[in-house]
Amino acid sequence: MGTDIIIHDEKDNVGVVVIDKITPKQDCACWIMENDKTVQIQSVDEIQLGHKIAMVDLNEGDTILKYGHDIGKVVKSIKKGEHVHVHNVKTKKW
Amino acid sequence: MQIPKSFLGYKRENGRVGTRNHVIILPVDDISNACAEAVASNIKGTMALPHSYGRLQFGADLDLHFRTMIGTGKNPNVAAVIVIGIEPKWTKRIVDEIAKTGKPVEGFHIERTGDIGTIMKASKKAQEFAMWASEKQREECPLSDLWISVKCGESDTTSGLAANPTVGNLMDKLEPLGVHLCFGETSELTGAEKVCATRGATPEASEKFMKTWSDYNDFILKEATDDLSDSQPTAGNIAGGLTTIEEKAFGNFQKIGNCKFIDVLEPAEEPTKGKGLYFMDTSSAAAECITLQAAAGFNIHLFPTGQGNIVGNPIEPVVKLTANPLTVKGMGEHIDCDVSKILSREMTMSQAGDELIKSMIRVANGRLTCAESLGHKEFVMTKLYRSA
Repeated sequence: MGTDIIIHDEKDNVGVVVIDKITPKQDCACWIMENDKTVQIQSVDEIQLGHKIAMVDLNEGDTILKYGHDIGKVVKSIKKGEHVHVHNVKTKKW
Repeated sequence: MQIPKSFLGYKRENGRVGTRNHVIILPVDDISNACAEAVASNIKGTMALPHSYGRLQFGADLDLHFRTMIGTGKNPNVAAVIVIGIEPKWTKRIVDEIAKTGKPVEGFHIERTGDIGTIMKASKKAQEFAMWASEKQREECPLSDLWISVKCGESDTTSGLAANPTVGNLMDKLEPLGVHLCFGETSELTGAEKVCATRGATPEASEKFMKTWSDYNDFILKEATDDLSDSQPTAGNIAGGLTTIEEKAFGNFQKIGNCKFIDVLEPAEEPTKGKGLYFMDTSSAAAECITLQAAAGFNIHLFPTGQGNIVGNPIEPVVKLTANPLTVKGMGEHIDCDVSKILSREMTMSQAGDELIKSMIRVANGRLTCAESLGHKEFVMTKLYRSA
């Protein structure tokens, strides 16, 4: 089966869409690079290639983990399966 | 894959090896560009490197200007150099330093002669150099004669997922063979700086890196009116799915694989601690960064891109790779190595690394890069502060 989403590290709470786009309510196969495991998720939003999906529910103030590292904070709560980007996540720098 | 042990390069007088055989016409300053370009137009097989600076600079900024000019002339991809400046003193300073490599170099100054007389004199010498260089032959050289610089641009999440780790895979495979390696982009390591610092080969290298990054960050905090959110990540990065500078930084950092850096270089500073990986303090603007790395003596460049940066360099061939299938489809004429099959898991990272090694060696042997065939030769000086 094809891979729709790639996750860098098992600790990550976001994955990256690697097909042209995923559509709402699509059952997606996610490959975790670090340990070569596969998990499933159902999408909520339409998400384009290269954009991120939330793998769990996230609240305001939560830390986004990618590559197993802190890449910013949630500024607007995000449900599992929703699009994660500049509208709901901000840098902790500057 | 069995990694080739050698490539075909041009052996230079000082023992370094070039992947190209350029005869360059180097203007010392902005007002000498017209003269340099006229000489390059007269004499086939030469190339002018026009730029915007070289007048009334002072202090560290002037030092960097000279380091970049001299380093560009010394680069082993350059067979011979004509230097043209408005006045004799700064022209001679550059000529004398380049001459230490043993390669043919001659300087001309415009004052008291004017453009036309200078063009005539410089053209005669340029013709002699071009015809001399045209007889140089490529010879078999060990892979360790490759000095490989890297920089990513127009990054998106596919860069961090696949294209940058492909470069990292290449570094992991080639570092033991004794190549020189260089990464830079001080600003784009912001967010990953502490993790990057742990990759110093010695405590001194780690400390030097943190000092370099902190100096940069202090400058940003002092100069920035708001924050860098409008420029870091860039609009192109955001379109490609990158959300924060931290995310971009961790993606960027994948380029060095598991290697550790042995020293931290000033912009355009030539490495002197032998083989291995170096970090250079550079801007993250593509043309500025590559111009500095070329001036430090690097002879081939790897450039992973996501959304499709098209940069090239006049003397250092820039090999571009991408993992973004839309970039391959939409602007394939800019992509030397397509690793997009990593995303569909039809290609492993190690296979991608092997493909990149093959692409790079073909270019080192003389194959034109996409950027070279399209005429990209962005030569951009880094300016530290305003002139006097």
